[in-house]
Amino acid sequence: MAGEVVIRAEALTKRYGATQAVDHIDIAVNAGEIVGILGPNGSGKTTTILMLLGLTEPTSGRALVAGFDPLREPLEVKRRVGYLPDQVGFYDGLSARDNLAYTGRLAGLSRPEIDERFTAALARVGLGDVGRARVATFSQGMRQRLGLAEILMKRPSVAILDEPTTALDPHSTQEFLEMIRRLKADGTAVLLSSHHLDQVQSVCDRVALFNRGRIVLAGTVTELAGRVLGGGHVIDVEVRGPGDATGVEQRLAALPGVVRVQTLGLGLGSQRYRVDCQSDLRAEIARRLASEVELIGLHFAAPSLNEVYNRYFEEARNVAQ
Amino acid sequence: MSRSESAARPDRRRLGSPWTGLGAVIAKETADHLSSARMRILEALVFLTAIAAAYAAIRSIRATIGESPFLFLRLLTFSQDPLPSFIALLGFLIPLVAIALSFDAINGEFNRRTMSRILAQPIYRDALLLGKFFAGLLALTIGLVSLWLLVLGLGLLLLGLPPSTEETVRMLGFLVATIAYGGVWLAVALLFSVVFRAPATAALAALGTWLLFALFWSVITPLIANLIAGPPEGVFGPRMEFLQAQTIIDRLSPNTLYAESALALLHPATRALGPVLISQLQGALLGAPLPASQSFILIWPQLTGLIAATIVIFVIAYIAFQRQEIRA
Repeated sequence: MAGEVVIRAEALTKRYGATQAVDHIDIAVNAGEIVGILGPNGSGKTTTILMLLGLTEPTSGRALVAGFDPLREPLEVKRRVGYLPDQVGFYDGLSARDNLAYTGRLAGLSRPEIDERFTAALARVGLGDVGRARVATFSQGMRQRLGLAEILMKRPSVAILDEPTTALDPHSTQEFLEMIRRLKADGTAVLLSSHHLDQVQSVCDRVALFNRGRIVLAGTVTELAGRVLGGGHVIDVEVRGPGDATGVEQRLAALPGVVRVQTLGLGLGSQRYRVDCQSDLRAEIARRLASEVELIGLHFAAPSLNEVYNRYFEEARNVAQ
Repeated sequence: MSRSESAARPDRRRLGSPWTGLGAVIAKETADHLSSARMRILEALVFLTAIAAAYAAIRSIRATIGESPFLFLRLLTFSQDPLPSFIALLGFLIPLVAIALSFDAINGEFNRRTMSRILAQPIYRDALLLGKFFAGLLALTIGLVSLWLLVLGLGLLLLGLPPSTEETVRMLGFLVATIAYGGVWLAVALLFSVVFRAPATAALAALGTWLLFALFWSVITPLIANLIAGPPEGVFGPRMEFLQAQTIIDRLSPNTLYAESALALLHPATRALGPVLISQLQGALLGAPLPASQSFILIWPQLTGLIAATIVIFVIAYIAFQRQEIRA
């Protein structure tokens, strides 16, 4: 049911000896919502996923997935959760059908259910004509789709996708992202771990940024931009004229509500700037620059998750130094 | 830990049966074993050599058909140069087949990156490990029963006589002992497949263990017995302490346990295993066969030892597997 919380973690913690892999994280994901989890390698994303799946025990804290505790009722959790690991593996000597029939039997499906769901799932991921082919002949993109078909066969209430587009070409990536959107449309909650920030931004409703085992930022991209970039509104400005670049940058920075100005580079006889601000300042910018330079473009740009991510870790590094 | 501390700890007992999915794992793994090229090559090797040994034995036995009441048992124990006996061949080849069946059982799942996908299904690790072991044992049993029936059929055809009930019971006992012996090596290879991530390393470790027991154990045991119980010879001849120590150490090897089981079952005249004092033989009719039930009593410790070794090694593999991180 949309709006119902299907993943909830409270103070979830995992320690390996002296290493704190996951440190008291809280997270909640609603049905029909796509939440991206981001962070550098070793920041605790995969460990969190494994704890939510019941594949590793938390040191402390509590999680509920689809209403069940992964620590005590991992079988019930796994019946309701589809999981796609990065670079998913299959038994190469078996056909796509036999591979999925095996996991279908493990999931407790009957033979008629497996047959029915297999055909529908394969058609949905665009592999309808290769069901009898051996997986050894599949490209990595086809394997990822087959992994998604396995999730669809299960008809889960939660799908956990761990870097699912890592090995895909741009076209396959777009198709895969579209399939993820359709999962959301089915009412499935999706937890998506990825290093491809543009992809995360394009499909996720909310994101959680991991660093050193903790969730350091969580919310919509606009909310995160508000907190990290200081504004939440991003305006791209393109000008041409006699004014020097430093002068334009200083004039923009002096406007009330402007948090940061970046010089993006030269266009064809023009200069481009990106302005982070707390509100829509397009009119003020136009007024300020109109008398001095020729204003070519003034675009309201969506805040970039990439910028949020880079800025956060830049500042984190500066603090550490 | 105080009572209040233990009460504060969350209940971590898992709910649901550890056997969930066991049948699916066994069915898939057995099908994989029986259809794999590796298994077919090994089975062909075992069948050809064992049938050749049995055939050579039959040709020799036919000339002396009236001399023994246990012709079918002689079929399994008779050796003629250059071929060793059927049981010697089995003792040599069964560990190889068992190791080939499970040296990549667990590490293979990690290397194919299928482990996390499989364990994300509603099964416990218990079912996966046990399913893989049972599937290996089932494949081995299918092969051995087929071989047993083939040899029996060959004997019927070429000797022109059916086996007696006594012989059939003894041969069945031998089949069970062979399966138990195969089980030990399956468990050993499974353990190494859990411990080592590279299948080649696991296979080498298992083969090394097998070579230790097959070739070097008989060389090592007198040396260890000498260290524990002193020199083998005393003033009045061989020392009992040394012989007993040597027998105990020797029986730590599954090969010894299997060889002793085969000896007692297939040579009905065998009255004791290990050192025997002359005083113990007083009144015994030497050369007279024991009833099958007595031979079974004789090998009971050996058979139990093989099964216990299998269980102990499997439990070690189980604990090691439970402690592993599943990230692939």
